[in-house]
Amino acid sequence: MTGRGVVWLGSPPFPKAAREALKDGRLRANLKRATTTIRDKRLAVASELDDWEALRESAAAIKRRAARHLDRYLLQLEESVTAAGGTVHWAADADEANRIVTGLVSATGEREVVKVKSMATQEIGLNEHLAEAGITAYETDLAELIVQLGDDRPSHILVPAIHKNRGEIRDLFAAEMGSWGRPAPEGLTDEPAALAEAARLHLREKFLSAKVAVSGANFACADTGTVAVVESEGNGRMCLTLPDTLITVMGIEKVLPAFTDLEVFLQLLPRSSTGERMNPYTSLWTGTTPGDGPQAFHLVLLDNGRTDTLADEVGRQALACIRCSACLNVCPVYERTGGHAYGSVYPGPIGAVLTPQLVGIEQTASLPFASTLCGACYDACPVKINIPEVLTHLRAEAVAAKGRSAEALAMKAAAAVLDSPRLLGAAQKAAALGGRALARGGHIGRLPGPLHGWSDSRDTPAPAAESFRTWWRKNRENR
Amino acid sequence: MRIALFITCFNDTVFPGTGRAVVDVLERLGHRVDFPQEQTCCGQMHFNTGYRPEAVPLVERFARVFGEYDAVVTPSASCAGMVRDNHPVLAEEHGSARLRTDVPKLVPRVHEFTEFLVDVLGVTDVGAAFPHRVAYHPTCHSLRGLRLGDRPQRLLKAVKDLDLVDIPAADSCCGFGGTFAVKNADTSAAMLADKMRGVVDSGAEVLCAADNSCLLHIGGGLSREGSGVRTMHLAEILAATEGGPR
Ligand code: SF4
Repeated sequence: MTGRGVVWLGSPPFPKAAREALKDGRLRANLKRATTTIRDKRLAVASELDDWEALRESAAAIKRRAARHLDRYLLQLEESVTAAGGTVHWAADADEANRIVTGLVSATGEREVVKVKSMATQEIGLNEHLAEAGITAYETDLAELIVQLGDDRPSHILVPAIHKNRGEIRDLFAAEMGSWGRPAPEGLTDEPAALAEAARLHLREKFLSAKVAVSGANFACADTGTVAVVESEGNGRMCLTLPDTLITVMGIEKVLPAFTDLEVFLQLLPRSSTGERMNPYTSLWTGTTPGDGPQAFHLVLLDNGRTDTLADEVGRQALACIRCSACLNVCPVYERTGGHAYGSVYPGPIGAVLTPQLVGIEQTASLPFASTLCGACYDACPVKINIPEVLTHLRAEAVAAKGRSAEALAMKAAAAVLDSPRLLGAAQKAAALGGRALARGGHIGRLPGPLHGWSDSRDTPAPAAESFRTWWRKNRENR
Repeated sequence: MRIALFITCFNDTVFPGTGRAVVDVLERLGHRVDFPQEQTCCGQMHFNTGYRPEAVPLVERFARVFGEYDAVVTPSASCAGMVRDNHPVLAEEHGSARLRTDVPKLVPRVHEFTEFLVDVLGVTDVGAAFPHRVAYHPTCHSLRGLRLGDRPQRLLKAVKDLDLVDIPAADSCCGFGGTFAVKNADTSAAMLADKMRGVVDSGAEVLCAADNSCLLHIGGGLSREGSGVRTMHLAEILAATEGGPR
């Protein structure tokens, strides 16, 4: 079962997409400002808790337990949700999940749904699928609205429109809101308050008229059947309470063993994602309640490659992700390239380890290499996913999948030289001669073949005339 | 204590002066250093690029060559990190029963140079003098891999006449990342540009680090820009004495 829909078809490999993104000065400036601000906020609120490290440990342990007994907890969740008046559906892949949701919406007779920001529905391409069935999905999260109005793609897990600044957003609202519903007010400025007000007026109409809502889920508790959505704008609360029918699409890895586990995650998530002690809205619901909130609740449990990921002993830790986006915000590569270069709904370090596992390494082979292995993501991750460890693991898979290549031959040859002090010594002498022939003033300006990318922006010192081992032999060995 | 120097293949070939500096400092402190000639490479490039089976003979060689020593000292944070974090992984994955027992025994005796000075020898003042303005770049492997903390700065602060300055966003990666700098040359260059700006703004004459690989990358950029800032391995600063910088 591979994860269909996760990657955007036709996306170029990372280095090529990154090269294009790096040319965009405005994108670089937006990203730098946004990521550095959020980084500092996160550090400040995380350091307030003296049990921060213990919380991370607990979160990792809870997620490990959930993954180890995933089958059991999912069945328990189904039982609890059903007992509380909800209906559980199982979707092996994106197609099946899309079919289920479309069928459920069609059965209500409605042609419009409001949506709470959700990675799972983006992953399966639900909006496009609904559109084909004549159903319009309205995104109600501010940043998702911006992406939707711009017919754009998200570039960040939490702030999908991080690549846009307020001037660009103003222009988009003025031009596009009218074709989706209530137009933007005349003379809209790029003041954040004015932009938020325009979105509020535009969205309010949708909240009040929609009969069906579609959401994702941050957590679902197996023991009680309680589902949780964590958000900042209140749009989620509107969608989760006002419509008659609520359909939640959730990756199977989101299940927690017990309601009390939320204590750990609700401390970690807001601090790691927005740098707040507590997020403004945390909605918890358990099945349905007569006369209060949606009277029909459907929970769609999505596999889409997750069971395969679970089978990989090193790679499975990526399933612990709570989508806080801290790893994106601290990533020096993401900070330069932005999210689109990753060609997937999951960008940044978590995308580099999750996407190849969900869809297979063959079509995503460049992603595990889109990192310097600097380790900032591992330090920041609230559930302690060792992202560099998974990256090097997936690199080995990418190399094995590729088979014979010029690089593989060179690496094998290098390994033979490096496993022999005699050959290494000979190579050092050859490099010293060759390097000195190429060098001007002790530096080599231009290197041949695939190394030109390196020498385009750096000088390289010529290899030393005398290697250390030669010096040692002359000066220490026979003293 | 029998001390062996693990120079690393890269320093051996490109920066032999760093190895001579380590020998100088340790001999000045009254220790005798061995250089087992059968040593070569820790396998970091192969491991990090996805060529794990190819790295295994290098792990075997490392365990064989250094197994008898009380301490193995290396002037490379990333190679020390490779041995500490990944040799056990490779031994488990692909190694013989012998390797699986030898590697975990050896690993605790492998030290990065500043760790060895501060933790094992218990010194921060190594009797060096270096009358220059110096910035220290905490490489990712020094900072987040080995958790060297402020050991390098404590050593530098004890150097006579040395003026230690900070660089902004010091903890962010310089963009080297081994084969990353070749495979993702454009992104690497963008990261390098930001790092260089910080180094130049700091007013440092010399940038030092506990790893020559990152210095090759940053120094190569600084040289191309004609910035006038030199790069030096920290060991070479610690080897400099009143008689004059090396
Ligand atoms: S991998 Fe960790 S840091 Fe990154 S989004 Fe997931 S939970 Fe957050």
